[in-house]
Amino acid sequence: MSEDGLEGIVKELRREIGEDLRHSGPWDRGMQCEVERSHLAGAVGTLIAKHGASMVSMHATDDRQSRGSFALHYLLSFPSKRELLMLSGETDGSFTSLTPQIYHANWYEREVMDMFGLVATGHPDPRPLVLHDGWYKGSHPLRKHIGCDDGLAPERRRYEFNVLKGDGVFEVPVGPVHAGVIEPGHFRFSAAGESILNLEVRLGYVHRGVEKCLEGAPPGRALRMTERISGDNGVAHSLAFCQAYEAGHDVPPRAQYARCILAELERVYNHLGDIAGLALDTAFAVPAADIYALREVMLGLNARITGHRMLWGAVTLGGTRDLLSEADVDDVQGTLMKVGNELRTSVERMRSSPSFMDRVDTTGIVEEKVARDLRVVGPIGRASGQDLDVRRDHPYEAYSKLNFRVPLFREGDVSARMNVRVQEVDESISLVMEALDRMPSGGGSSRPGPPRDGVHVGLVEAPSGELVHIIHTEGGKVVRHKVRDPSFCNWPAIQEAVLGDIVPDFPLINKSFSLSYAGNDL
Amino acid sequence: MMQSMLFKKRRTLSLRELLDQRVGCPLADPLICDMCGKCSEACPTQAISVSDRWSVDLGKCLWCGDCLETCEKGALSMAGGCEAAGRRQDLILSAETERSALRLKDETRKVLGRSLAIREVDAGSCNGCEVEVNSLSNPMYDLERFGIRMVASPRHADMLLVTGPVTRNMLPALMKTYAATPEPKLIAALGTCAISGCPFGNSYASGKGVSDVLPVDIFIPGCPPHPRTIIMALLEALGRLQVT
Ligand code: SF4
Repeated sequence: MSEDGLEGIVKELRREIGEDLRHSGPWDRGMQCEVERSHLAGAVGTLIAKHGASMVSMHATDDRQSRGSFALHYLLSFPSKRELLMLSGETDGSFTSLTPQIYHANWYEREVMDMFGLVATGHPDPRPLVLHDGWYKGSHPLRKHIGCDDGLAPERRRYEFNVLKGDGVFEVPVGPVHAGVIEPGHFRFSAAGESILNLEVRLGYVHRGVEKCLEGAPPGRALRMTERISGDNGVAHSLAFCQAYEAGHDVPPRAQYARCILAELERVYNHLGDIAGLALDTAFAVPAADIYALREVMLGLNARITGHRMLWGAVTLGGTRDLLSEADVDDVQGTLMKVGNELRTSVERMRSSPSFMDRVDTTGIVEEKVARDLRVVGPIGRASGQDLDVRRDHPYEAYSKLNFRVPLFREGDVSARMNVRVQEVDESISLVMEALDRMPSGGGSSRPGPPRDGVHVGLVEAPSGELVHIIHTEGGKVVRHKVRDPSFCNWPAIQEAVLGDIVPDFPLINKSFSLSYAGNDL
Repeated sequence: MMQSMLFKKRRTLSLRELLDQRVGCPLADPLICDMCGKCSEACPTQAISVSDRWSVDLGKCLWCGDCLETCEKGALSMAGGCEAAGRRQDLILSAETERSALRLKDETRKVLGRSLAIREVDAGSCNGCEVEVNSLSNPMYDLERFGIRMVASPRHADMLLVTGPVTRNMLPALMKTYAATPEPKLIAALGTCAISGCPFGNSYASGKGVSDVLPVDIFIPGCPPHPRTIIMALLEALGRLQVT
């Protein structure tokens, strides 16, 4: 059993640090350990280096009232093990940065520095990540004494971009308001001629204070808020929250299937939009229009079966609304068949054109090693050889009972990312068909009570990749709600992908990543 | 291939079809509703009021349907009409509300004529509104046939279409975009966040909607607004619809 595996790993950790492994025990998602603060960074480092663990998420909590200190929590997953390990430890003003050894710790630690005012000692790049110039003097919004609606005192500071200097090297600033209808973010290029020498992505423009707003929110309200964290991944976010909140509560079988169906419908309309975007950005107007029309067909279908074009409101705590009558089932099957067929025709049309292939082949490459080091997730990761899919690795709802394939490519270019999405649409369609076939009749709703005190995790494969919600509950109330959108993992990769490409290819590369700004900024 | 393209069915919705499309919003039937207030408690954004009569604020509603689900008497349904308004208070709807038409100042209309150039500014939306604004350009809704275009720069724009509650980090960029837009300029607040800030607004990081920082001419409700609602709002504002 893999359970032994995780226990074995924890035993080994105990051998190494002895009594400083203060506490370890089973947890609804695997195991939970608490480590003495001086060993925290070392323990995480060892687990990653020696046991091939990867850091799914990292966050801090302000426990000064209950325990007199802050705490850091690392959520680790291990290859070939379904269980997760939550490693926690107390911390005061500072903690040891892991970024010099573990690249993907970078943004997590910067986020903790901004939001909690804890200092990651030894961090190579301690500039603010979320908080921009012109606010906050010593105020860190996720500390407990700061209320959600507190106005915080402004402070003047100046963010310095990383730019290259030299003969003939110039800077190109882009955004935050872009030419197209997309979310705001700033891109700072250093370019020589047309070639990109360096790109720095600066985000945080749509930081709304989501995590703070979710603290203490009644669950019904929190559910509707989670749908709106990153709108096009709304179903996934609400499912991740439900999974965490419903910990230990069994959702009716019909709802488990219905939730999978909703999640896959969301994936289909998202991927269609992304594929159409590639056609548009390569000036292939006809396939672009055709595929956008298919996406509209999907949005219309969503509205017919749930009353909402983006499926929001269909998921409820403990299940789903009354969904998928017999007529709806026929509607879904008929529509998906048509969409699948038409997509194939359009994609063929794109692929058979050398000028299209010339734009997408070998453009914006994310090397496998880079993808592994940055822990790139979702379709972007799967286009660069990262064989991760939460639906298969940590099955939830009815996914363990359904058959599907996880497409995997290694080239890591725009073309590979498109191929992953095209194949995933096919897989999603067949998943929905199978789930519709197998979905039992009966009620789809239930009433879960508040979760036990402790930490609960929701792990979901959103259309853009692995999504995590972590809630800390006390007395049935959520006292800390950590959201880790897949885009948070993937944004740093785009800075690598563009190197050596030309500035005019950036919109295409960005589109092929299709990252959420709202989910990243929170 | 050419054949399949030429003989494809027409997909674009005609103006008539758009007019006939119905986009609903929650509404209580006064004959059944006994003002118990359960819907108001269930509502995640306190959009429903039962103080003197039942009313819903479309500027706060998330279209989640939780109110419909809680009403034991079945008084609530999506029977209301989701239409844009020129004044914030006109978004508060009850069974007795009469809709007041959306009209721009005559001078503005004269300058704009029949066309409109729009710059979209995301000031903190969840990207749901962007999904629907992008839907406006798909073959089904095809906004451009009405002479209404999305432009790349505020300097080419007649209207800023603003989404999101206006985050502190976006406020400077929004104000600069506004300053760069030539007069006469219109501001449309698109979607629940932009109208009232709900559900995340009014936090340490974001405001309560666009009207706190800019003069809003058109409020377009929805979470996110349906493409039909957006098109109708724009056409009506330009005086190109005779809606009674
Ligand atoms: S649909 Fe949801 S947000 Fe709108 S009034 Fe009803 S409960 Fe409130």
